[in-house]
Amino acid sequence: MDATNAKGNVPMYDAPMRKAAVDVNENKISAKDVQVYYGETHAIKDVSVDILDKTVTAFIGPSGCGKSTFLRCLNRMNDTIDSCRVEGLIALDGEDIYDKRVDPVQLRAKVGMVFQKPNPFPKSIYDNVAYGPRIHGLARNKAELDEIVERALRRGAIWNEVKDRLDSPGTGLSGGQQQRLCIARAVATEPEVLLMDEPCSALDPIATAQVEELIDELRENYSVVIVTHSMQQAARVSQKTAFFHLGNLVEYGETSQIFTNPVDPRTESYITGRIG
Amino acid sequence: MPVVWLILIVLVLAVLGFIAGRMRVTTAGGARPHSLPNYYGWNVAMKVMVPAFLALVIWLLVQPFVVDGKVTGMIDEAAIPEGSTLGLVMSDVRRVADGLDLAVSRGLMTADSASSIRTESTDVRDLLANAGVALGSNVSPQVLEAAQAYRGMNHTGNLWMTVVVLALALGGLAWAVRETTLEFRARNAVEGGVRILLLAAASIAILTTIGIVLSLIGNTVRFFDLYSVSKFFGSFTWSPSFGGGSELGIWPLLWGTFYISIIALIVAVPIGLFAAVYLSEYASPRMRAWAKPLLEVLAGIPTIVYGLFALLTVGPLLLTVFGRDGLGWMQAGTAVMTAGVVMGIMLIPFVSSLSDDIINAVPQSLRDGSYGLGATHSETIKQVILPAALPGIVGAILLAASRAIGETMIVVMGAGAAARLSLNPFDAMTTVTAKIVSQLTGDADFASPEALVAFALGMTLFVMTLGLNIFALYIVRKYREQYD
Repeated sequence: MDATNAKGNVPMYDAPMRKAAVDVNENKISAKDVQVYYGETHAIKDVSVDILDKTVTAFIGPSGCGKSTFLRCLNRMNDTIDSCRVEGLIALDGEDIYDKRVDPVQLRAKVGMVFQKPNPFPKSIYDNVAYGPRIHGLARNKAELDEIVERALRRGAIWNEVKDRLDSPGTGLSGGQQQRLCIARAVATEPEVLLMDEPCSALDPIATAQVEELIDELRENYSVVIVTHSMQQAARVSQKTAFFHLGNLVEYGETSQIFTNPVDPRTESYITGRIG
Repeated sequence: MPVVWLILIVLVLAVLGFIAGRMRVTTAGGARPHSLPNYYGWNVAMKVMVPAFLALVIWLLVQPFVVDGKVTGMIDEAAIPEGSTLGLVMSDVRRVADGLDLAVSRGLMTADSASSIRTESTDVRDLLANAGVALGSNVSPQVLEAAQAYRGMNHTGNLWMTVVVLALALGGLAWAVRETTLEFRARNAVEGGVRILLLAAASIAILTTIGIVLSLIGNTVRFFDLYSVSKFFGSFTWSPSFGGGSELGIWPLLWGTFYISIIALIVAVPIGLFAAVYLSEYASPRMRAWAKPLLEVLAGIPTIVYGLFALLTVGPLLLTVFGRDGLGWMQAGTAVMTAGVVMGIMLIPFVSSLSDDIINAVPQSLRDGSYGLGATHSETIKQVILPAALPGIVGAILLAASRAIGETMIVVMGAGAAARLSLNPFDAMTTVTAKIVSQLTGDADFASPEALVAFALGMTLFVMTLGLNIFALYIVRKYREQYD
């Protein structure tokens, strides 16, 4: 690893769009002593982490280390898996999301999710984006819905490419366009947190660059949590990084510090490519 | 030589060929053969069996026609007794010929005496009765002569068949063994053989369909020679009378078919679809493991049992509600409603089982995407899963519709036999299929329009279901394009 410069930036990675100072933001999600079991398997062990508002947080780690599982706990997507059991406390704005009174459906409207593989619904582009606003009743009339859809597509950086063919099926777009459509679909419901599970793993470098640029823009309004296998990507887009290994949260801190001056030897081995 | 022996010999040759083919490459030494040794074996076995069995099958199919044709030519018109036909005489000839063969094989007479037998000196009828072949009348010299010719020709035919089949098998063996060298691409040759086998299987299915249509067309044309097309498709009355002067309009039957099928689908589609959604989306794996087979048991019940159910249970039940003591709409237990409801019950497993498979095939990523946006389970099903599964579900429904249109037993027992055009679903009506059965199983002369109408009805039904299937394909394609 190269030495860091004075501001803590990483010289080996080109990150021109990075904005400074993340520590002014408050906690959005705080997890404490989270345990996750799949049947008998103990998949997540004692994970405690505070995710900040208006910040991009990256989860990195080797395959099977539990980073995706933990991400899916944050909006209770694991509820759809029968054998999965979650213990410990995960709070969104100070409220326990696993409390019995919390409706997971309402929670997921606040904590949106973008998946590894682009998964547009077999509907038109317009209907894909309008799906969330419609089920949550965010628009009172067609004009408002049109406006929401346009705003979401603009924020998804895909408006210019699809504005003339909103009625054509979303499945007909290219892979990168589909993923940006899925991001637009997720932001259309006005979430407070956006979870992204390896959003670029099925995309080519150009589409990846577009999505990364988009993530950086989304930071102005949302707290973004991204799971990624690419350490360059983590370094490029995130301000905070958490390193998972075998179900444990090994290290969590400023991205620049994790990548240049890791505290734990396991983190150092991983980012220098010795384990993975 | 009996055919069984011939088949066994060819099979033995094939096994020997297999071993020989394998041996030739495994013992050759030197370079590595192009294919695995078994491929060489299969190549030889294939070339022994395929031409030989093909020739055998064709010969067995063609020989009776040729022999019959020749023997028929030998019998002149005058030899046919009063009140008999050429067909009856020919069947006598065949029975005498078979009887003589049987007598020889039982040791009642020698092969020589069987071929030199004369009607003047022997009572052939008595002799054959001893061999266990009963004849209706005394054997005339001409019939005996024809029978002898029949035997002779069959004998020579069988002999030549044996020779040709064995020659083909041996020739194939020699050719295949000769071509078996290390460079020979046996793998590709076997691959080609497998392809032809699959092609043959596919063509048999298609040819059978064409054969069925052709067999219907002949009799349909004969019917339309006797009865006008415009009256068949233009009349709204169905009143066959075997004394002649019947009105054979198809519309009452088509209306009955349509009405009963619609009621059946109205019953089956919602119940079947909801059951499928429950099974695939809500049921726990244990529940599903129990409920799905139980639901599919419904599909295994013979339709005649459903008919009994309609006749004994559903009909009387409907009658107590809608009959004279209730609303007064229903005259008797047999009605469109009775048959429709029972047929609907029969179709539930078709719709549910197929739809369940289709819903299960919708990728999990779509469900996740919908949940991730904060949609509830039922919103996800209604707005994402069902639209994605729609082409398959439409296919399942149209398949059920084809079944409903073709169903006969439930109609016969549940809907009555009266052909009428009525809007009241509590009236007795009948369908095309039920009438086909009753027209063909009566005592009517087969050449009368009253019996032949069955073929015209069958043809109409065939065209209708074909149209429905084409429509189903069109719908499925159209939606698939949109969703891919």
